[in-house]
Amino acid sequence: MTMQTNREQITTAPDGRPDSEQPRWRQDFPIDWAQDHYVARRDFTRFLVLTSLAFMVGQFWIVFQNFFRARRGALPIQRIAGVDELPIGGDLTFSYPGEHDQCVLVRLGEQSYAAFSRQCTHLSCAVVAEPDRRRFYCPCHEGAFDIASGSPIAGPPRRPLARITLDFRQGAIYATDVELRML
Amino acid sequence: MIHLEYLDRRHSVQTAPVVCMHCDSPTCAEVCPADAIKRTDDGVVQTARKPRCIACNNCVLACPFGVPKMETSFMLMMKCDMCYDRTSAGKKPMCATVCPSQALFYGTNEQIEEIRPRSTPINRFKFGEQLITTKVSLMKPRAGRAEYVDVTAAMNEQSSGKSITLNILEDMHQ
Repeated sequence: MTMQTNREQITTAPDGRPDSEQPRWRQDFPIDWAQDHYVARRDFTRFLVLTSLAFMVGQFWIVFQNFFRARRGALPIQRIAGVDELPIGGDLTFSYPGEHDQCVLVRLGEQSYAAFSRQCTHLSCAVVAEPDRRRFYCPCHEGAFDIASGSPIAGPPRRPLARITLDFRQGAIYATDVELRML
Repeated sequence: MIHLEYLDRRHSVQTAPVVCMHCDSPTCAEVCPADAIKRTDDGVVQTARKPRCIACNNCVLACPFGVPKMETSFMLMMKCDMCYDRTSAGKKPMCATVCPSQALFYGTNEQIEEIRPRSTPINRFKFGEQLITTKVSLMKPRAGRAEYVDVTAAMNEQSSGKSITLNILEDMHQ
């Protein structure tokens, strides 16, 4: 209440003209203590309102994104290699689904293939297939994943690698989906 | 924050206390780029607000009376705030309390005119083109008819070692 009563301006501008003829910045940077407090409170209120508004818009944005993500449909089907192109114990790097999403295909046995995203689940370094040691190795922090299941076996990663769903058609291997896995 | 200035150090040991004049349009606050210098309802210009002051020295250079001082150890401009902790609680500022000769006086114009009947307070100062009205007054001889103290003119005046007269009042010698 005291703030309200004391808000009259006592300081005059150097040119001596009335407040109405002063530039607008004088209202925002008042010299009087009480007015300065008032502006500070007003700014704080403005900050609160705008921040909560931004949060609300953000919520709508998430809903909007989810709506389109649901409609985006299945990932494309992409040919990786022929069934016999890869020797047993060999590995092949390819990109799926996007140009920059690197994946790796390994042949574990005569009929056994596995494909995983190369993105380490710790800090997204690219993992390297080491079929002779039966693991994917992340050189950044000495992380390792099992070559057959993609689950973490050493180092900082806690989540398994994203698995690429494979399909075999007419003697070739196709990637059909990316399966993100939590723990 | 009161400080003493030597009037003419070469010829005399005479000093003058410098206290903030608490202008109606404080130049220090006008030049402050950080919006740090504020004036309370009772017209007292305060020391720069610590969270805002950027120690840029603008106020130190701009104040025509040379009042603000940069406290580099605090990175803060400090100035006379009329001992706001005392005066806001009804006490006199420390300088006026301890002054033995009433050279510094804190009270109403009527009170000081009663004590010094040959003088009258003046609170308008001219620095070149800038005319400043202040809360703090100087005492001028009642005989003079000056409307303001022309400080720029006084700066050009030469004082001699033998008789130090502060002829800073316009029209004094006419």
